[in-house]
Amino acid sequence: MKLAVCAGPPTCGKTTVLRQVTKRLLAKQKRLAFLKIDVQYADEDEIFQKEFSIPTRKVYSGELCPDHCNVMVLGDALRWAEQTAADILLVETAGLCLRCSPYVEGLLGVVVLEATSGMNLPRKIGPMLSLADVAVVTKIDLVSQAEREVFRARIQEAAPGTAIVESNALYGIGVDPLVRRVEQAAEVIPPLFLRGNPPIGTCTICVGKKEIGWQSHFGVVRALENQNFYRGE
Amino acid sequence: MSSLDALDSRIPPSTRRIQTITILGGCGKNGVPEQLRRVDLKMGDIVSVVGPTGCGKTTLINDIELYANGTTPTGRTVLINGEPHPEDYLADPSSNPIALISQHTNFLSDLPVHVFLETHARIRGVASPARAIEETVSFANQLTGEPIILENAMTELSGGQTRSLLIADAIVIGNSPIILLDEIENAGIHRTRALELLKGYEKIFIFVTHDPRIALLSDFRIVMRDGAMQKLIVTKEEEKGVAQEIRKLDDLLLGLRQRIRSGDELDSSYLNEKLHELGYVA
Ligand SMILES: Nc1nc2c(ncn2[C@@H]2O[C@H](COP(=O)(O)OP(=O)(O)OP(=O)(O)O)[C@@H](O)[C@H]2O)c(=O)[nH]1
Ligand SMILES: Nc1ncnc2c1ncn2[C@@H]1O[C@H](COP(=O)(O)OP(=O)(O)O)[C@@H](O)[C@H]1O
Ligand SMILES: [Mg+2]
Ligand SMILES: [Mg+2]
Ligand SMILES: [Zn+2]
Ligand SMILES: [Zn+2]
Repeated sequence: MKLAVCAGPPTCGKTTVLRQVTKRLLAKQKRLAFLKIDVQYADEDEIFQKEFSIPTRKVYSGELCPDHCNVMVLGDALRWAEQTAADILLVETAGLCLRCSPYVEGLLGVVVLEATSGMNLPRKIGPMLSLADVAVVTKIDLVSQAEREVFRARIQEAAPGTAIVESNALYGIGVDPLVRRVEQAAEVIPPLFLRGNPPIGTCTICVGKKEIGWQSHFGVVRALENQNFYRGE
Repeated sequence: MSSLDALDSRIPPSTRRIQTITILGGCGKNGVPEQLRRVDLKMGDIVSVVGPTGCGKTTLINDIELYANGTTPTGRTVLINGEPHPEDYLADPSSNPIALISQHTNFLSDLPVHVFLETHARIRGVASPARAIEETVSFANQLTGEPIILENAMTELSGGQTRSLLIADAIVIGNSPIILLDEIENAGIHRTRALELLKGYEKIFIFVTHDPRIALLSDFRIVMRDGAMQKLIVTKEEEKGVAQEIRKLDDLLLGLRQRIRSGDELDSSYLNEKLHELGYVA
């Protein structure tokens, strides 16, 4: 089985892209499963179930950041997808924690960015972009060609090794190279590791301790004056 | 003009050899195959795309810009020099021979004009970016009433400034051998000046237009309906004669517009005088 993890800021077009990819993979007789990870609301599981009749699941990360949640649940999700006899598990995850990335070492990682999001976005989203294999730029129908080309350059500056696919996802225009990448992606062979540096533990802030000031937290903390340090045992 | 012409020598070798574009027909909106099954354009051709709003003109030039390969909703295929496009056209802007000036009249980009143009010049592989940027802005400023300032944010530009800058960018920085323009007559720019400047370049030009002056300037025009290319009309000698008259009438209207703009009044003696000059009244 293959795994493709797709991340990106809210409303950037992740679902729209994955629907186009799903349509094309099903036409090639692939068996798919779909998992959505979001913070507190998502209906993609119903959308994919209704539109494509494929097995779907969703999980709310609640107090955890979605990327941390992804790390926790992905093992179970892969076993579930395997049981449904899927060839490919597609995971859509909200990228909110911009310090971590949700991608798995050796397996396909896709980030979705909208062309309308401003030229500084590629500089702001850290490993979600720089550790992705493919960056899909959506909503190219809403910007001029020149602007699209400059946006591409800004992505390349932030993530020189990431392949770029530009798409009008509403009509599936331009998504074929992404479909090829999914088809050619590596097989899942445990053990699996998070790509790059794992998220910095499950920090106390992530689990809902909101009091301001590092004095209230344990684990890896940070004060204004210095770098991260460890507080606790 | 001459300094702009000199820039043509930096067309990258991969794109210098563009001879033809071919559009192979797909389907219209109702799924019925297009009547025009094949349109061939060769270097130097000026072509218009005409038809009512919503008939698929923008979709057609988008297909061309994306090198459609049968997978866009229209099912059209676009060939360059008789062959499918090399993959790098879209992946590497410096080798992309097509520049599209779309109907967008605002930028979403939060960059200053000079940073935007510098970045675009770099990725389009421009040899001397500083000069190209200067040329681009001076080209654009010939088309717009309010001059563009390099330090302005792109988002501050007016609709007319935006279109002017995009046209100039495509011609000077893009230096593309194939230029697609979507309804430049509605752009709030000096359209006549734009046509004069564009005529100085040997390229394939495709104008989406409702403007008879632009349509009759073309070698031929593609008539669209219900999403489909319906027929092709070659501009005959008779139409070229008509074009002369249209140009006069158009200039007359532009003159009237200019008077309104500058706060003058339009009395009948002024109009009669102009019509007399044109030989329309004794
Ligand atoms: N014009 C245009 N609209 C698009 C494109 N891609 C997505 N959209 C629209 O953008 C909106 C958000 O798209 P989604 O696919 O739901 O985005 P998402 O990233 O899955 O959003 P969340 O999962 O809610 O974070 C929808 O209204 C889509 O129709 C595109 O390429 N062009
Ligand atoms: N051949 C076609 N097949 C399906 N839909 C089409 C086709 N051509 C155009 N359309 C759709 O028709 C609508 C209007 O087309 P557009 O190109 O914007 O028209 P115009 O530029 O002539 O006003 C768009 O939603 C477009 O997607
Ligand atoms: Mg979604
Ligand atoms: Mg249009
Ligand atoms: Zn995190
Ligand atoms: Zn955290």
